[in-house]
Amino acid sequence: MKVILLVDFGSTYTKITALDPELNGIIGTAQSYTTVETDIAEGLQAAVSLLEADSGKVEVVQLKACSSAAGGLRMLVSGLVEKLTAEAARQAALGAGAKVLKVYSRQLTEADASEIAAIQPDIFLLTGGTDGGDELNILANAKMLSKLDLKCPILVAGNRSVAPECQKILANNGKEAIVCPNVMPKLGTLNIQPVQEEIRSLFLKRIIEAKGLSHIENLLTGIMMPTPVAVLKGLKLLSQGHGKEAGIGDLMAVDLGGATCDVYSIAKGDPLSINTILKGLPEPFAKRTVEGDIGMRINAHGIAAKDGLERLVEMCGIPSDQLNVMIDQLSENISQLPESEEQKRLDQALASLALETATIRHAGSVEETYTPAGLMYIQEGKDLREVDQMIFIGGTLVRGEGLEAAAEYCKYSSRYPASLRPKQFRTCSDKKYILSAMGLIAEDHPLEALRIMKKEIVYEQ
Amino acid sequence: MTNKKKKLVLGVIGADVHAVGNRILDFAFSQAGFEVDNLGVMVSQEEFIDAAIETNADAIIVSSLYGHGELDCRGFRDKCIESGLGNILLYIGGNIVVGKQKFEDVERRFKDMGFDRVFPPGTDPNVGIQWLQADLKVKNDSSTSSC
Repeated sequence: MKVILLVDFGSTYTKITALDPELNGIIGTAQSYTTVETDIAEGLQAAVSLLEADSGKVEVVQLKACSSAAGGLRMLVSGLVEKLTAEAARQAALGAGAKVLKVYSRQLTEADASEIAAIQPDIFLLTGGTDGGDELNILANAKMLSKLDLKCPILVAGNRSVAPECQKILANNGKEAIVCPNVMPKLGTLNIQPVQEEIRSLFLKRIIEAKGLSHIENLLTGIMMPTPVAVLKGLKLLSQGHGKEAGIGDLMAVDLGGATCDVYSIAKGDPLSINTILKGLPEPFAKRTVEGDIGMRINAHGIAAKDGLERLVEMCGIPSDQLNVMIDQLSENISQLPESEEQKRLDQALASLALETATIRHAGSVEETYTPAGLMYIQEGKDLREVDQMIFIGGTLVRGEGLEAAAEYCKYSSRYPASLRPKQFRTCSDKKYILSAMGLIAEDHPLEALRIMKKEIVYEQ
Repeated sequence: MTNKKKKLVLGVIGADVHAVGNRILDFAFSQAGFEVDNLGVMVSQEEFIDAAIETNADAIIVSSLYGHGELDCRGFRDKCIESGLGNILLYIGGNIVVGKQKFEDVERRFKDMGFDRVFPPGTDPNVGIQWLQADLKVKNDSSTSSC
């Protein structure tokens, strides 16, 4: 049988989706362990064998892939003011599918410099100053970076008056520096798309090859984008529709994995009432955040951090000493599935709390303030209270009733009244993990991708 | 260098929502040849300072109409110094204190707080423009039309 094969090389699993060549629907999906240590082609072959066991022999006529294998796209970003250009740079990198390891603001210190050299990111994004604004900071930071033993390309997307000079400083010291339009050309204006396109092109040209993922040329040229970008494309298409085929409107999505928790929102999130004033940087319509410190296994301790342990005790009724031991086991044994009743309760509580923290960090917040003109509200970030659809991506850890119960923790709650999360939503779930696959064909075949997503994710629950 | 427009950061401080005067000043200063980044109403000291750093502004122009300006502006100059803006030109104007007080006293108090110029209620925007041009040494040539 001829198929179009869509592949998502994840950090742990390689997930495949086979479509018939006319793109009428899904023939099958399968997953196997990612084999970064040897060649990712091996894990892919294992997944294809699993698929063939179900669907019969397949002949791949076309292969498209996205990847977050081998650490994904690791980036560091720097800006001038923490809430302005540094935040714009962070948004740009996250939307381009990167794992942002650290955000630097103001002048890089010697200590920062050694940290950067130790991290050796895949790309460094250097910003600072509006166009015609501050020049000193980005120049100083370019000089600091130029002295480092840094192998990655450096994107210069700051004040355009000095961007060429920054490039020169870096290039003279043997660094690959690329000038892009400023991420914040005017105060409060976000211009992140050009940088994101450059990041994607670097990812394709350099980073995939540099990671030594495979020796098979065809496989490497099939990799189109980092996985989160594919997911964002899929979600945007599902939300907005294409031509006469309507989308399903504003939505949020979460992907809770063993090491991280990704949250997406496709919604404007403007203030809902006239006595609300919006502060801070405007946020992207299609927004992604990723919490690198919370996950169901490797980062289970991150969920229990701060007052998390107390909440977990309260939620699953297991004493804290025993909980600590159980969490230790989970974080060391990343492929462990819950067996005992207690383990199931813990997984349920971990998922609930992780989702709560990740959605709070993603959504905007509101603050009440009394003025001579009466009660006013100051909103920062997106107001997602009216978003009424939530998609759970993958999620083998909680299903059925457990999923519905965990979903409650993504909602607006009186415990966190300032957090502007959805009040009510229907829960959809991408059980077969096809969102990234649909994102891969969203550009060339939007109509088909949209119909498949509606069928598989929205209507066939 | 001489052709570069001088940059101003403009806004209404504190919990003050009076937007009309703010829009008038934005228009008047822009017409007079300044590059204006207008932060609008309900602006905190930190927002003024962040904006001024990122845009490398030449002056911060603070408005206040609701009478709480004195409280809102406390420590503003200190924060500028602490943030590396040092002696950036700092103006304030409007109905900046409670009740009817002698303007000379008000002006002195705000100057003690580190403001360079203090303007009483009902000041014509042109007065502010003239002071700005003097303080920032802008030549009043053809690029600055009167309004």
